[in-house]
Amino acid sequence: MISVDWATYTQLLALVQNSIIAAAVLGIVGGLIGVFVMQRDMAFAVHGISELSFAGAAAALLLGVNVVAGSILGSLIAAGIIGVLGARARDRNSIIGVLMPFGLGLGILFLALYPGRSGNKFGLLTGQIISVDLPQLGLLMGISALVLVSLLVIWRPLTFDSLDAEVASARGVPGRALSIVFMILLGLAVAVSIQVIGALLVLALLVTPAAAALRVSASPVLVPLLSMAFGLVSAVGGILLALGGSLPISPYITTISFAIYLVCRLIERRVRGGASRRPRVPAVAEVAR
Amino acid sequence: MTRDPSSTDPAPVLSIRGGALRFGPRTLWSGLDLDVRAGEFIAVLGANGTGKTSLLKAMLGEQRLASGEVLVDGHPAHRGHRGIGYIPQQKIVAPGTPLRGRDLVMLGVNGRRYGPPITSRADRQKVDALLASVGATHYADQPLGSLSGGEQQRLRVAQSLADDPALLLCDEPLMSLDLQHQRGVSELIDARRRDHGTAVVFVTHDVNPVLSMVDRVLYLAQGAFTIGTPDEVLRSDVLSGLYGTPVDVIRTHGRVVVVGTPDGDHHHEVVA
Repeated sequence: MISVDWATYTQLLALVQNSIIAAAVLGIVGGLIGVFVMQRDMAFAVHGISELSFAGAAAALLLGVNVVAGSILGSLIAAGIIGVLGARARDRNSIIGVLMPFGLGLGILFLALYPGRSGNKFGLLTGQIISVDLPQLGLLMGISALVLVSLLVIWRPLTFDSLDAEVASARGVPGRALSIVFMILLGLAVAVSIQVIGALLVLALLVTPAAAALRVSASPVLVPLLSMAFGLVSAVGGILLALGGSLPISPYITTISFAIYLVCRLIERRVRGGASRRPRVPAVAEVAR
Repeated sequence: MTRDPSSTDPAPVLSIRGGALRFGPRTLWSGLDLDVRAGEFIAVLGANGTGKTSLLKAMLGEQRLASGEVLVDGHPAHRGHRGIGYIPQQKIVAPGTPLRGRDLVMLGVNGRRYGPPITSRADRQKVDALLASVGATHYADQPLGSLSGGEQQRLRVAQSLADDPALLLCDEPLMSLDLQHQRGVSELIDARRRDHGTAVVFVTHDVNPVLSMVDRVLYLAQGAFTIGTPDEVLRSDVLSGLYGTPVDVIRTHGRVVVVGTPDGDHHHEVVA
């Protein structure tokens, strides 16, 4: 399988340099927004958005327009619907459950109608970053930067709202507006991630790194940093490994991401002595007071 | 314990004039006048569905009254009022929450601030002081989700005090705590109003944990209400009149038990 010699590998590396930079940025963005995906319990929403994003990208492919733009449009429509109709968690899951097959079905329809190269078709579902051209890479980077900066700006109010919407609102945090902004940012992050890893595997960049980080820390500083690092290692590592062989990038990314998660679980067991939660020492101390 | 609420000291911290709450054709209460002065502890009692929490939401500027007005510090209640601290009931922290005890308190200090989430030294010192004031320092670095209900509620008290509020609104803060922690948390709130003159509005379905602290009771029942000291309100004749049906108020071992209320609230007969 790995039959490429070192000289060829470095040549390839130069060719995909832009893709590696893009993957690094996407890994970081996915890791960062993943922290809020976990806190707001929205993993299922990520999957739902990604299917409509896929439909948008497929439609763009069929119409011969910018695939990234189509993907973003699909994402934003899904994020908007989920954000407006699914304010409450229970409503949200049913709305996502309804949207998801519809989006996937639309996407498959558009792809069936598309007369072009089949590699492009499959790529939307399972990843295709090598086939992204330079202007599109620029677009991906720009959007990633926008998501990153926006997240940092709303970080504290969004954390407050995620933890305790009632108290946050009493303290003047505009929860409704923040949720919609967050859904838009999530939509954008999903749309760009799809370009790297494909609609079906988006969770590996938007959920797994944060889930792994949460296993080993509860620090509001350490968790986002670790999550970003995990996302970056998964995305870039996936590309570097894939270059050496003939397999697509996505399985490498998902496997690295999953392996990191497993390691984090093992570390958690070691640190916390097998229990998933710390023993209740302070509670006992409090009673004794 | 009993101050005279009608004495002519400074303007009330909280003032409700002719307040009415209606949901569709149903009137929960109307003609509610209430002045809460600095340092006063008001318990809001009543069964589920009598509009206790809605009253609190009106004070927070999150619930519009059908008529009347709510003034906080002399101005109409509005969302995010700096002079109000809010303590909710204990709730389960989502498992994916990367926050420790101290971070909950930090959100009270800077949670509504936009911009890069960089914590200043002044904010950290403030949080340390708040943690110490509620005796939460020794578990402040534990993950929030791993703390007991009582530990969490101490942190929520600290969080609510971040802006040095003149009015504390508490919505069932002792719910699902054991007796030990009920006492600990209510004593914190009581100490605050004694030391800082903070007015307290305390919504609860059980007055007993705070009975010794309460200056006045606002008792809501079936579209009506009555206000007075616990001794004036928690009496068989008064509550029978309020409910329009015979109700017994039993005082036993320093506890108040109201028996026979027609609210259909199963828990109601063991509490006030």
